[in-house]
Amino acid sequence: MTVAAEHFRYVQQLVMERSAIVLTEDKSYLVDARLAPLARAIGVADVNGVVDHARSRRDPALEQRIVEALTTNETSWFRDTRPFHALEHLVLPALIERKRASRVLRVWSAACSTGQELYSLAILLEEKFPQLRRGWQVELVGTDLNTEMVRRATEGLYSNLEVNRGMPANLLVRYFEKEGAHWRARETVRDRSRFVKLNLVGKWPPMPTFDVVLLRNVLIYFDTKVKTEVLCRVVKQMARGGYMLLGTAETPSGLCPDLVPMPTDGTVVYHLPVG
Amino acid sequence: MKALVVDDSRAMRSILSRILRKVGVEEINEAADGSQAVACLEAGASPDVALVDWNMPVMNGLELVNALRSRKEWRRIAIVMVTTESDQSQMVRALAAGAHEYLIKPFDEGSLIQKLAMLGFQAPSAATGPALAAQGGSH
Repeated sequence: MTVAAEHFRYVQQLVMERSAIVLTEDKSYLVDARLAPLARAIGVADVNGVVDHARSRRDPALEQRIVEALTTNETSWFRDTRPFHALEHLVLPALIERKRASRVLRVWSAACSTGQELYSLAILLEEKFPQLRRGWQVELVGTDLNTEMVRRATEGLYSNLEVNRGMPANLLVRYFEKEGAHWRARETVRDRSRFVKLNLVGKWPPMPTFDVVLLRNVLIYFDTKVKTEVLCRVVKQMARGGYMLLGTAETPSGLCPDLVPMPTDGTVVYHLPVG
Repeated sequence: MKALVVDDSRAMRSILSRILRKVGVEEINEAADGSQAVACLEAGASPDVALVDWNMPVMNGLELVNALRSRKEWRRIAIVMVTTESDQSQMVRALAAGAHEYLIKPFDEGSLIQKLAMLGFQAPSAATGPALAAQGGSH
């Protein structure tokens, strides 16, 4: 089933209004793939039925589910490797040294999906920085615009297919517990992590400033204007001396002059200088 | 790079071999159970990595892992269990016996490619594997 052109334009507009994500014309396959499960869930014949339903009934809940279905992305543990290498060898040692007096460390995963990125970081902290368990206040915050993603991330429950994607087996058996057909992140991984619904282009709840912001593979979905707005807003939410990590194909170059690029071992970390 | 694929399902051996070729494995030997795998090694095969199913006739995957770890010349072979056995206790047993990685069936192609990358096996142009993965298994 292929989504009708008129319906695609409606979905395109809806997703643009709610999330500022641009669905280009070549993404009709994505609409087909992502809305098919929703069609089954609400009991209509196909993808066009979903859109008909939402349009004819002006159903805000269904509209929200359409937006969520199209803004959820595949994710994996320790995704792309190099950012985690940079966190382990550059970012976290520098922050631990600089913040040894205040002993507060805050990390924000700004499009956390089902939580793999933030929990990967929690595992990295347990494995490589056990000293943070003694007298440090560590807050790991994940946000996503999708309510279901926030619920799932908070739950910390993953299928076999999900744990297969990038989770080393020795860490899986150490940091997760089998529950039926799923794996639950253990308390040591979850106790410093919390997940909140937040739309990067909407109103934000009150938040502290963060020492590390993971804004990976988010900006690519926005046009230049929105990209600049979001990036500048996120930078304002960073603590001076903090670090930002973007996706492999993303750069703040020309969008936010405050960030200083620090090329390191196959990736680039962006630093917000203290002064 | 050379690989040994050990699975009693011909279809699964074929799927695994196809993925291995994608990541640049040049030489692949296939065996339908642990004893065939041992025979293959004794006949001179020298794989860098072995993909090993658990439940197989004659000699199962765990027995094969133990056999691979018992001979000095075979200890360098990286082992990835690829199995429907998804109990945590079974996974712990396999890692303790000397498996480096573990993939639960069914899996998607990318997951196996990631597991191979964790062990340092990847196509020259591919990204590297997970950061903490270099620690491998329990030994």
